Amino acid sequence: MTALLETRSLSKSFGALRATRDVSFKLEQGARHALIGPNGAGKTTFINLLTGVLKPSAGTVLLKGNDITHVAQAERVKLGIARTFQINRLFRGLSVLENVYMAIAERVGAAPNMFVPAGSRRDVIDEAMELLTRLKLADVAHKTIPELPYGRQRLVELAITLGLKPEVLLLDEPAAGVPSAESHIILDAIDALPKSIGVLIIDHDMDLVFRFAQRITVLVRGAMFAEGTPKEIGANPDVRAVYLGQAAHA
Amino acid sequence: MSIDTNTGVGAASGMGTSLAARTLAARHRLRWWEPLPWLLAIGFYFAFPRYLGFGTEMLITILFAISLDLALGYAGIITLGHAAFFGAGAYTVGILAKHGIWTEPITGLLWAAMVAGLVGLASGLVLLRTTGLTLLMLTICTMGLLEELANMGAEYTGGFDGLDSLPIQPVFGVFEFDVLYSTTQYLYVLGVLLVCFVFVRTLVYSPFGHSLTGIRENTLRMHAVGAPVRMRLVVCYAISAALAGVAGALWAQANAYVNLSVLGLDRAATVLIVLVLGGYGRLYGGFVGAIAYMVLSHFLSKLYPSAWQLGLGLMLVVIALFARGGILGIGASLWHGHDKQRDAS
Amino acid sequence: MSSVVEFANTLLGGVAAGMVLFIVSVGLSITLGLMGFVNLAHGGFAMIGGYIVVLTMNRLGVPFIAALAIGFFSVAAISVVFERLLYVRLYRASELDQVLFTIGLVFMMIASVTLIVGPETQPLNLPSWMQGQFDLGFMTYRTYSLVLIAVGIVIMLGLWLGFERTRMGAQIRAAVDNRRMAESLGINITRLFTLTFAFGSGMAALGGGLGAEFLGLDPQYPLKYLVIFLIVVAVGGLGRVTGVFFAALIIGVLDFALKKYLPQGGTVFIYAMTILLLLWRPQGLFGRAP
Repeated sequence: MTALLETRSLSKSFGALRATRDVSFKLEQGARHALIGPNGAGKTTFINLLTGVLKPSAGTVLLKGNDITHVAQAERVKLGIARTFQINRLFRGLSVLENVYMAIAERVGAAPNMFVPAGSRRDVIDEAMELLTRLKLADVAHKTIPELPYGRQRLVELAITLGLKPEVLLLDEPAAGVPSAESHIILDAIDALPKSIGVLIIDHDMDLVFRFAQRITVLVRGAMFAEGTPKEIGANPDVRAVYLGQAAHA
Repeated sequence: MSIDTNTGVGAASGMGTSLAARTLAARHRLRWWEPLPWLLAIGFYFAFPRYLGFGTEMLITILFAISLDLALGYAGIITLGHAAFFGAGAYTVGILAKHGIWTEPITGLLWAAMVAGLVGLASGLVLLRTTGLTLLMLTICTMGLLEELANMGAEYTGGFDGLDSLPIQPVFGVFEFDVLYSTTQYLYVLGVLLVCFVFVRTLVYSPFGHSLTGIRENTLRMHAVGAPVRMRLVVCYAISAALAGVAGALWAQANAYVNLSVLGLDRAATVLIVLVLGGYGRLYGGFVGAIAYMVLSHFLSKLYPSAWQLGLGLMLVVIALFARGGILGIGASLWHGHDKQRDAS
Repeated sequence: MSSVVEFANTLLGGVAAGMVLFIVSVGLSITLGLMGFVNLAHGGFAMIGGYIVVLTMNRLGVPFIAALAIGFFSVAAISVVFERLLYVRLYRASELDQVLFTIGLVFMMIASVTLIVGPETQPLNLPSWMQGQFDLGFMTYRTYSLVLIAVGIVIMLGLWLGFERTRMGAQIRAAVDNRRMAESLGINITRLFTLTFAFGSGMAALGGGLGAEFLGLDPQYPLKYLVIFLIVVAVGGLGRVTGVFFAALIIGVLDFALKKYLPQGGTVFIYAMTILLLLWRPQGLFGRAP
């Protein structure tokens, strides 16, 4: 069966710096896949390559078997790949609802309309509110981003991405900055995602990784270091060595 | 005001009653003070019958400023070359009229909008691949290019002296353009301004306008939600150009005259100052800015031109440092400060 | 044969004008490249410098070279005051705010000069050794223009050496290439910028004074030449001394040549060329690709 998202010998160099080396990676349908590695391993670079923010120096990216290596970022979103950013990229002057509205309006094709008020698209508003309710953000839907604590802003970041109804979801440290008391909301939301979506998470929080992942890939210095089930990775002495000095739970 | 907590999932009507949803749904509704500027404008017509030429100029400046606001305030495109489109529209009317090809005013506006819009579309497609200083430079150079071309094509454009005594037909075939008191001009321009403003207001509150705000607030995020950012900017720029062209056409019709001044850096810089003075990105900034600037300019610039320039410069410095939102921005913060005070007491 | 002399005349004239453009614009290029600050008031410093040079000569009888030095240092000093008090507040501001601020500043400069000195063009009385013609062998040419060319080349070489050989030059080059990296290496960017800004404005003053014959000296100077300074900088590439030099030469020569051989379309050609160049290479001829 064709993998949902796949890379073949993907490489990226910035001058002399080889940020991604010959990575061949598969994300299956319905995957719950985690990407881990020490700082500087090139995880975010890899996500940027998958989403089209960066063009690779070599190799290919395939979505459901189709070559999307040269497809632009916005196009890839339309094809079903969505991602959250490590640092929030939100519309700070707008309300939470308006933030999520932006994504849904793009998806359903409401955005190019110049002749009706944004507020008249009740379908978009209703869908946005439903999504926010699921993420327990409905009570702050009217507030602007700076009025929210950082943890909840992170949730808005996730909400925007979910509004795109992607088939592939790439989460770059989704729980970063979220107080532990609230992180379960994110995890619950991820648990509740449709089983057909393939999800790839980058994170340093091993609790989250081991709870969530069915498959783990370890990236070190831009190259694939190890891959396997959480049990295999946890038992792998080389992986532990690489993580010496970092908080490791296995 | 009662606070709605989130009701149960799935009750569609329940969703619609949340505060956020209601606010968004009602965002475009007319506020009580919105008819005021128009009433004032009509009142001006009766109160100052001998200043209608000045009034017409002011209304045209408002339209020009609103067109720039679409590009600058909503899409975030920084341009010092918007007079290119103003001039394109003005010269379209001027050339068509002077050479007897087309003299009907209202359809003349449509021609002007089309020409200016096409220039905007072409230049936008090409220029909006760049950003920042490069883009600024390119807008200035495009405008300069058009200005020089107009200068060179003196056979059609009248060159440095321009085209005067443009024959413009009466509006609706009945209302003649009055050279002396500008009575027809004023109401005609006011009508066109109203139509254009309604169009801009609708656009700003539409999903398209919302996406422009998104592009301005966080372009990277817009790419990441699948928005075709560059195409949106190009479309916005083209519309903004078409509106500026209408303003230019009105100028040519109202003055029955067009010359190179419609294309100069002077005009482009002035409209930018007007918009910033009023407050960009605020729909009504153009109104406030144009009125404030023109009234001040009318009284000061002829009496003490250097002092006027000094004061204008000082005002720009102060705005850039302390009052980026212009007059409306200051007004908004005073209003919210007042609100906070009132809630506290 | 006379067409060769004619051609040489035009060429030399263009080169001399280009030198003036270079001397004035090099400061703008460096500050734009170093801090990314859109300083549309740069021409204002050139104007003020020119006025100081000309007025100290005409009213105080100061000799030319000394007047140039006075112009250079006083404008450098003035610019430091502006930079520390005002410019510094806008380093992180949006480009629009920078544009508005510097336009406002240049309006104030123009108005002040008009109010204090008056709106007339100021004549530059060249010292006797600079007047007249100089024998080049196959032709004679204005001594003044030849001096300008010589001065321009000397300044270019001096700046080039300064950037390549001195520590501060290396720091500036590093900061232009990658400011964050330079900061993390311990380079004091703020102080670097103040010094560069002062030097750049002083150079502008020098150019304003030296070039008073070519570009004229009246209160409208900063706005008249704003676009051309910006074109020189954009075409040359931000922060590149060699870039500004060649861009200024090209534009100076083009302008002179076009005025002579294609009087109608000259400016159109320059605008069109700039547009095409910036579309093809937004970083300018010598700039670093983004």
